[in-house]
Amino acid sequence: MKTKIISTGLALGLAMSGSVALAEGTLNIYNWGNYTSPELITKFEEAFDIKVTIDGYDSNETMLAKVKQGNTGYDIVVPGDYMISIMIEQGLLEKIDPNTMENFGNVDPKWVDVYWDPGRSYSVPWQWGTTSFVVDSEVYKGDINTLALIFDAPPELKGRINMLNDMNDVINAGLRYLGYDRCNSNREELKALTELLIRAKADWRTMDYSTIEKLTSGDVDLSQNWNGASMRARAQRPSLVYAYPKEGFTGWMDNVAVLKGAPNLENAKLFVNFIMDPENAALISNFASYANGITGSAPFMKPELGSAPEIVMPADAPAPDFVPPCNQEVVDFYNKIWTKLKQ
Amino acid sequence: MVAPADISPTSDSQKLARARQIDARRKRNTRLYLLLPGLVIIGLFGLMPLSITLVYSFLKPGSYGGVEWVFSLDAYVQFFVERDIFDDTLSPNWAYISIFSRSIGLSFGATLGALILGFPTAYYIASKPAHQRNFWLFLITLPFWTNLLIRTYAMLIIIRDQGVINLALMNAGIIDKPISILYTDTAVFIGLIYSYLPFMVLPLYASLEKLDLRLIEAAYDLYASRFKVLTKIILPLAKPGIVAGCILVFIPGLGAYITPELLGGGKKLMIGNLIAIQFGSSRNWPFGSAAALILMAVVMLALLLYVRHGAKGARHG
Repeated sequence: MKTKIISTGLALGLAMSGSVALAEGTLNIYNWGNYTSPELITKFEEAFDIKVTIDGYDSNETMLAKVKQGNTGYDIVVPGDYMISIMIEQGLLEKIDPNTMENFGNVDPKWVDVYWDPGRSYSVPWQWGTTSFVVDSEVYKGDINTLALIFDAPPELKGRINMLNDMNDVINAGLRYLGYDRCNSNREELKALTELLIRAKADWRTMDYSTIEKLTSGDVDLSQNWNGASMRARAQRPSLVYAYPKEGFTGWMDNVAVLKGAPNLENAKLFVNFIMDPENAALISNFASYANGITGSAPFMKPELGSAPEIVMPADAPAPDFVPPCNQEVVDFYNKIWTKLKQ
Repeated sequence: MVAPADISPTSDSQKLARARQIDARRKRNTRLYLLLPGLVIIGLFGLMPLSITLVYSFLKPGSYGGVEWVFSLDAYVQFFVERDIFDDTLSPNWAYISIFSRSIGLSFGATLGALILGFPTAYYIASKPAHQRNFWLFLITLPFWTNLLIRTYAMLIIIRDQGVINLALMNAGIIDKPISILYTDTAVFIGLIYSYLPFMVLPLYASLEKLDLRLIEAAYDLYASRFKVLTKIILPLAKPGIVAGCILVFIPGLGAYITPELLGGGKKLMIGNLIAIQFGSSRNWPFGSAAALILMAVVMLALLLYVRHGAKGARHG
């Protein structure tokens, strides 16, 4: 009986993995939740007669953990910049050479020689944006382009601040305010950073990812935030302004890549080429409100994206700072600081 | 049955005995097969993950999540002893101790709160005529028809600065500035009580329902005061329900994840959240596993103490 159950289970498992591996005309995408334009998918399905399934994750680390277990059945993933370099290093991505594909010429040259995939042999741009903060200009009337609003909060913002519940985003902002390097392992500097964070935390109300909801409900008047989310929050609270702090802010890019051993490799390549078409890239941006890194897509985008101050950076803003993954020693330091901060 | 000493064994009685044996074995086998699905599920989804957790807790963390297959006690050492990152001195790890004690304190407080709120409720239901009780029990279980996450969001909307309570109080002119409840320990405390109150009411009701009201009458006849009746009659008889209810509230409260995350504002960790981040941004699966096991050990220790104390009390009582 026991052996029968086990063998039935095995047969079922084999049948299922077999159907995933052998199925033709399908493509399985594993992307951040609420991030894939349905219009784009329909268009792709109709153009190539391929059935697309989409599954969602909420952080790079969740995605990595699942992919590392193997046999996910997914073809396409959309990791952030530093995660692409980790996944290449770990041998999790298929070398699909997008740089030889038909539509590659549309990729903005500034997104070709990137630190996480120099020359683009594994991945192509999906969307890119910045992580800074947004503040209600009616509550605080002064100059907003400084991190002092977060780390040395003026009286009107004390207790009205939300920070992202994200170790790297909070620590990197602190390092920028103090003028120290990212991926820092200098103990004196980290000590100063820890003191700064603990002091500043007294003025923060929450540390949470749900920034749009915190801002629109009136729970906070300032929130560390991504630019696209800030634009969506502004739609409901028009006095919000996205800051470009003079001390610097984080830039990031999510990239489309193909998993090693993808069951539908050819379909995945079709998709990678498909999204480098300016018209299709514009569909991606229209859905999630971030820039896409494909030249010539602007004319197909919603007009409000072309003029949004969250997306069009002012000329005097510092360049976005793309932070590579830090080594284990630094991560261990950061973990300790983070636990101290939240104990 | 006939005792074997009374008559000499015949082939017939031997056959009968054998038939009985076979029958007994068959019954045993049937029971075993009936048990099997449950055992398989517990084995597969209970013990196996637990064993994996146990093994992982004794390994080294992989550089990008996962584990390296090298034996190490670091995860446990890290929990109790901290090497100061600034001057390398060793000291007890106050960060984790304070996270654990906050969780235990909040959960204990919520258990006490649920008991104080739940006892009169359960007593009220138990004192209703039998045909009305089901309706009241139905009301108690009603919140379970909704997902915990949604109920917690509802709570958030009710107690926030611009929420129902504050707006009502401000409109009535009782306060002119909103009372900040949300994103404090108080909010977590209220949220825990709200989430787990039914777990307290139901076992309490189960023991109070069986309460013989004649005992109370007898106590009054013997000139017991109301307080004496409560402490000498009702509480001792309700004790199994109180113990069960407290366990059912305290344990899930200790490991709560959603409630502190949403209502606490994320500024301070509780155990559940501390464990969760180890498998994400902290990239330390062994430490997450160790922390989960230490939490389990604390819970089991508390339970053992409780059970032993409870048993003793019953013997002496």
